[in-house]
Amino acid sequence: MNSFPWLKAWRRWLPWLVLVVAALVLPIVLPPFRLNLLGRFLSLGIVALGIDLIWGYTGLLSLGQGIFFALGGYALGMHLQLGSLAPGQLPEFFGLYGVKSLPGFWQPFTSPLFTFFAIWIVPALVAGLLGYLVFRNRIKGVYFSILTQAALLVFFNFFNGQQKLINGTNGLKTDTAKVFGDLVGSDLVQKELFWLTVVLVVAAWWLCRWLTKGRFGDVLVAIRDDEPRLRFTGYNTTSYKTLVFAVAGALAGISGALYTVQSGIVSPQFMAVPFSIEMVIWVAVGGRGTLIGAVLGAVLINFAKSLVSEQLPETWLFIQGGLFLLVVTALPDGLLGWWWRREVKP
Amino acid sequence: MTALKPLLELRDVSVSFDGFWALKELNLSLRPGELRAVIGPNGAGKTTFLDVITGKLKPQRGDVFFRGSSLLGKSENQIARLGIGRKFQTPRVYQNLSPRRNLELAISGQSTPLQLLFGGLDGAARDRVQHLLAVVGLEEQAHRLAGGLSHGQKQWLEIAMLVAQDPDLLLVDEPVAGLSDAETERTADLLKRLAGEHTVLVIEHDMEFIRNLQAPVTVLHEGHVLCEGPMEQVQNDPRVIEVYLGSDADLETMEDH
Repeated sequence: MNSFPWLKAWRRWLPWLVLVVAALVLPIVLPPFRLNLLGRFLSLGIVALGIDLIWGYTGLLSLGQGIFFALGGYALGMHLQLGSLAPGQLPEFFGLYGVKSLPGFWQPFTSPLFTFFAIWIVPALVAGLLGYLVFRNRIKGVYFSILTQAALLVFFNFFNGQQKLINGTNGLKTDTAKVFGDLVGSDLVQKELFWLTVVLVVAAWWLCRWLTKGRFGDVLVAIRDDEPRLRFTGYNTTSYKTLVFAVAGALAGISGALYTVQSGIVSPQFMAVPFSIEMVIWVAVGGRGTLIGAVLGAVLINFAKSLVSEQLPETWLFIQGGLFLLVVTALPDGLLGWWWRREVKP
Repeated sequence: MTALKPLLELRDVSVSFDGFWALKELNLSLRPGELRAVIGPNGAGKTTFLDVITGKLKPQRGDVFFRGSSLLGKSENQIARLGIGRKFQTPRVYQNLSPRRNLELAISGQSTPLQLLFGGLDGAARDRVQHLLAVVGLEEQAHRLAGGLSHGQKQWLEIAMLVAQDPDLLLVDEPVAGLSDAETERTADLLKRLAGEHTVLVIEHDMEFIRNLQAPVTVLHEGHVLCEGPMEQVQNDPRVIEVYLGSDADLETMEDH
């Protein structure tokens, strides 16, 4: 392959070409409905990037990323609920449950600045705390995965049960809120959100790339491959794992916020168990440890899902399961790993 | 004997696994700069003994002192940062990193996560990595995945990683298993050169190699020290002969001299 540098470049850059085309050409050709779908799927690429960071590189298979995804969504959802109210007014749903005054933890979300930080810092803190407790006790492998899923269920049930605090099962709608005088659900705002998503996907990719390309990234890979060995060399692996788990949490929060405003609602369904498993499947199919593969996996699988579901609603789950089996058995490095073959970092 | 304080001292260390005492009131001390060989039949507790020093196992009884302060209750990474390095019985290199990156990780063991993120490797460290790659003959393979190296190359890479880590005390578990005669000899030379500036403890089955080291020998048996002394004295000790006769594993290597 070395005698064909153009072939190597082609292999290397084609996935990027696909993404650039998706980001630049599709907004012109796609009708608003499809463009909105693409924006949602691209925003899911950000949570997938975080999963690639903790799973593909560090070997931490979290089945609970929905927690952080939802926290980001709720942070923005609460702000939008408050944003278009006259002073003294409460979001509508509070009236259904006879709540007369705004719960205390809602107060700071009136501030756009606070919300901007809360979207990623709250999930990062929750992930960091959960991660620290788990990693300090050296819980790993399957036990870690089960624990994250259990935590997800706790959050799922809690949010479902809290009508008076966050409207329980119904979630928070965002479409009818206004930003700068326009409805969030309008084509104009949705198109702006699409561009914002593109920018943030690139930024998130860049962050993950920066984290993984140097010695810090080598430590992550070494944790995945032989963590005890690394401890005997002097590395406090707990702090590395806590740090990347918090970063993945922050990315999930940003992803959840973007997804919320492009779907018009945030609800406890964001923390449903199957959804968090699907996130892992996107990364597996796209290619673990490739970063860009995680984004491609999220976009491609979700587009396939929406196309198949429109035609044959019953069959999607079978196709998704089949795809996962195919990748695990035939392409263990995912689509991108197979496309790139194995390359050594210089 | 000078009044040098021991660098490492184990006092009455006992470790039990479900009622089986892998180490029984083990006492051992190493002077700074010493080169020491530890031998013993299979199951004598050699690896358990390294696990206790490096913090992987906590002894039920006894204490371990490094430069006069106890290591008990310290984690593996804290002990490593104090200056104790370990090479494992089967080579454990990071398979999905290149030999160069393996060495760069070994050399950065004292760094914090933020230092790794925001600081590069300085010129001196890079030169050292390059030098070590040359010493172990892995310059050509420096950019391939370490997982693809031969067994001998992995052994050497791991020894190079231990040297890169630059600990005061090197614990070397079976460094020549699976190496050719020439490589074995080079390893013995390397360890002899490291001693003096470093303190080196070698666990090995290969008696010819131990003889080559010309180091005092400690014989472990059933979790305690059976005897200690120069190789000639140890191999003529009737207790040692009996122990090795009892288990045929190393009989031939003991007798061929």
